[in-house]
Amino acid sequence: MKGNRGSNFHKKTDTFFRYLTASCGIMILVIMAGIFTGLVVNSRLSIERFGVGFVLSSAWNPVTQDFGAASSIYGTLVSTGIAMIVAVPLSIAIALFLAEIASPAVSRIIGPAIELLAAVPSIIYGMWGLFVFVPIMANCIQPVLQKYLGFVPLFHGPPMGIGMLTSGLILAFMIIPFISSVTRDVFDMVPAVIKESAYGMGATTWEVSRHVIIPYGFKGILGACFLGLARAMGETMAVTFVIGNDHTISPSLFAAANSIASTLANEFTEASEPIYLSALVELGLALLVMTFVVQVFAELWLWMVNNRGEKGI
Amino acid sequence: MSRTVKQVAIHRESALEKNLPETNRVKIAVKNLSFYYGSKTALVDNNIDIVENKVTAIIGPSGCGKSTHLRVYNRIYELYRNQYAKGEVFLDGQNILSESQDIIELRRRVGMIFQKPTPFPMTVFENVAYGLRLHYRLGRAEMELRVERALRAAALWDEVKDLLNHSGTALSGGQQQRICIARAIAVEPEVLLMDEPTSALDPVATAKIEDLITALKTKYTIVIVTHNMQQAARVSDYTAFFYEGRIVEYDHTDTIFTNPKKRQTQDYITGRFG
Amino acid sequence: MKLRSLKMRKFFDLAIKMAAGFSAGLGIVVLCWILISILSHGFKAINWSFFTNLPAPPGVAGGGLANAIAGTFLITVAATLMGVPVGLMAGTYLSEFDSDASKLVLLIRFFSNVLMGIPSIIVGLFVYTILVRPAGHFSGYAGAVSLAIIMLPVVARTTEDMLAMVPDSLKEAALALGAPRWKVTFHIVFRAAKSGLVTGSLLAVARVSGETAPLMFTALNNPYWVFSLNRPTPNLTVTIFNYAMSPYPDWQQQAWGASLLITVGVLLLSVLGRLVIRERKS
Repeated sequence: MKGNRGSNFHKKTDTFFRYLTASCGIMILVIMAGIFTGLVVNSRLSIERFGVGFVLSSAWNPVTQDFGAASSIYGTLVSTGIAMIVAVPLSIAIALFLAEIASPAVSRIIGPAIELLAAVPSIIYGMWGLFVFVPIMANCIQPVLQKYLGFVPLFHGPPMGIGMLTSGLILAFMIIPFISSVTRDVFDMVPAVIKESAYGMGATTWEVSRHVIIPYGFKGILGACFLGLARAMGETMAVTFVIGNDHTISPSLFAAANSIASTLANEFTEASEPIYLSALVELGLALLVMTFVVQVFAELWLWMVNNRGEKGI
Repeated sequence: MSRTVKQVAIHRESALEKNLPETNRVKIAVKNLSFYYGSKTALVDNNIDIVENKVTAIIGPSGCGKSTHLRVYNRIYELYRNQYAKGEVFLDGQNILSESQDIIELRRRVGMIFQKPTPFPMTVFENVAYGLRLHYRLGRAEMELRVERALRAAALWDEVKDLLNHSGTALSGGQQQRICIARAIAVEPEVLLMDEPTSALDPVATAKIEDLITALKTKYTIVIVTHNMQQAARVSDYTAFFYEGRIVEYDHTDTIFTNPKKRQTQDYITGRFG
Repeated sequence: MKLRSLKMRKFFDLAIKMAAGFSAGLGIVVLCWILISILSHGFKAINWSFFTNLPAPPGVAGGGLANAIAGTFLITVAATLMGVPVGLMAGTYLSEFDSDASKLVLLIRFFSNVLMGIPSIIVGLFVYTILVRPAGHFSGYAGAVSLAIIMLPVVARTTEDMLAMVPDSLKEAALALGAPRWKVTFHIVFRAAKSGLVTGSLLAVARVSGETAPLMFTALNNPYWVFSLNRPTPNLTVTIFNYAMSPYPDWQQQAWGASLLITVGVLLLSVLGRLVIRERKS
């Protein structure tokens, strides 16, 4: 036939195709490694100056150039902790509602609506948080908390509206759509026969959920929680708007605080001295390590869950 | 050497003649039952009397409504919004399809075994104790007693007595199905519904479960859906032949298999279709 | 045997059902609250000058965010041009060579998922260290690169998932005709998965167009028109941050306007993407 290119040509193009796509895939690995390298190299100054004590020091003084990550790490952990405590039960409840309780018609509307919440950019959460939610916290919620629970150190201090508690709550709103949609998928994957078996024994919806559905999907739910955790730790804009940017560690949830991400966002443009910048980069490195560890753990966990097959436990 | 269905039935008929006369009390009376999946009609005007402490088999080609009919007895279809039943189903004289019937109590009295073994994600012990925990307030000692009793009745005790704390999913298919049976009988139901209980099992496991069914019928009323005619002939006292949502014929098993009254039944038995 | 109270069991069941419904309702309330806030506050800021004028100093009327709108558009387009093709290729590798080079594929897939979870502010910091610091100045290109890095694993994974949904029989039929592998992939598999691939890209674009943190370290911001991406580039998201944190009410007003624009854009893209996927599934 005319114009027959011969198998050699095709072999060469196939090889080229393979290398082209492979190199694009390898880009991902390169970028991952690059991120670590870039941050380590640029925090060298700070690492040399402060050493291991950087993680433990709660100092943060741009004037004397003494920096420490403790307050930022504390803020990241506490705000994330609040977010998880609020978000996980709510997410499971929402997923249960959509999977087992609501009629298909209701699920079809409410399900996508909640997923839409996940698409809202974090800066929008920040805007809403700062201008709408903070006044409510300051005028309604925090005073009430202080009135009834004011003896607890967690609720001391003036109810300014901004602070650790508010940022934790906003974070919770942000990760709920994510955790609940993954959890709902997990619940939907429980085989119908198993559910029917439990209902057939005369169990109520709650009993079936508690004894059969949730245990069946437990590992998947845990994986979803880890992913939500990583997301909450690294969240920047929503937190920066409402956390208050204060480098003191305080036991009160009403106090202004900071997280690693909020410190980076707020102070990066002001970092004139190389050591200041290097300290900020080292902060970023700390956050990178924290989220990387959680992500890798979550991935390994989910991989293990999926590869055990359909045993349900 | 395998026997034909007819040979099996004749063998049983002669065995029956040696037994004492039976009390033929009706446990479940179905009157004018129709069933719908949305706008599609699945069951048309079913009328049948299920006899107490006997095994009733429901046979017919696939899609004829066997499982659909069975699933009305414990109203498990209510999990799905567009499925509904019309007519009356009387359990000991009470219409279980009425609004006033409590579903949880119904399902305590009427247990169900499914085609695929469905052990819950818990230990063997927890699985069998599940129904007991749901419905009753029992001390630990009595719980253990009843679990052992149920496992013995399911001919499984010797095999799992050292495995009680193992996961219910870690056993073979036949054992899992017997766990499901033990779980069902632990709550002492009155009726056992079995939806093709052995179709996912190997012949050895199947034989064990068939023996179990024969042993269990002295205490429970059993209704079994099966697509295996030999199984129906081996195990049941009464057989109902379904076709396209209707009950074509319902009689003593021996009659159905040796001397059916309807032409359609005859055709199905001899393998002309289905 | 003593029966457990049926009333209690049913009561508990009802209580849990109500709590679950309440939780779902809470989620919907928050969603509506946010959307309504954005709409009502942002609407006041939207007028002709918002779309046509350059930013004005606080207190001076008639300021707009025309340059920021253009800047966001340019940066997003540049990021898409960088991120989507590489992501498509990477996803193709994961899907097509899964059996041939399974270890490498596993590794790439694993780290794709991990990379997706790395905070966007860290990505911005990283690009700062490799592109901004050595060059000595902020740039729109650096901003685009940081967004492209965020898009890359998202596009790669959705591409892989979409391509995997194409039935093997289709690929085998083409191969059996003697078509070379690359032709099978690009002419046949891509065409079959077309809508899914478009959706994946749309969703990735939607995700990055709302990003702020990475741009803060790369493109920064700029109150003037910009005709080259090689300098600090104005953009909506960093503007929102700067204006919202400022003490000036008219700047805060504009921040709401910009928020409205971003929200509408992101939600439209997301809804569009999901509609396409839903059509495909049915």
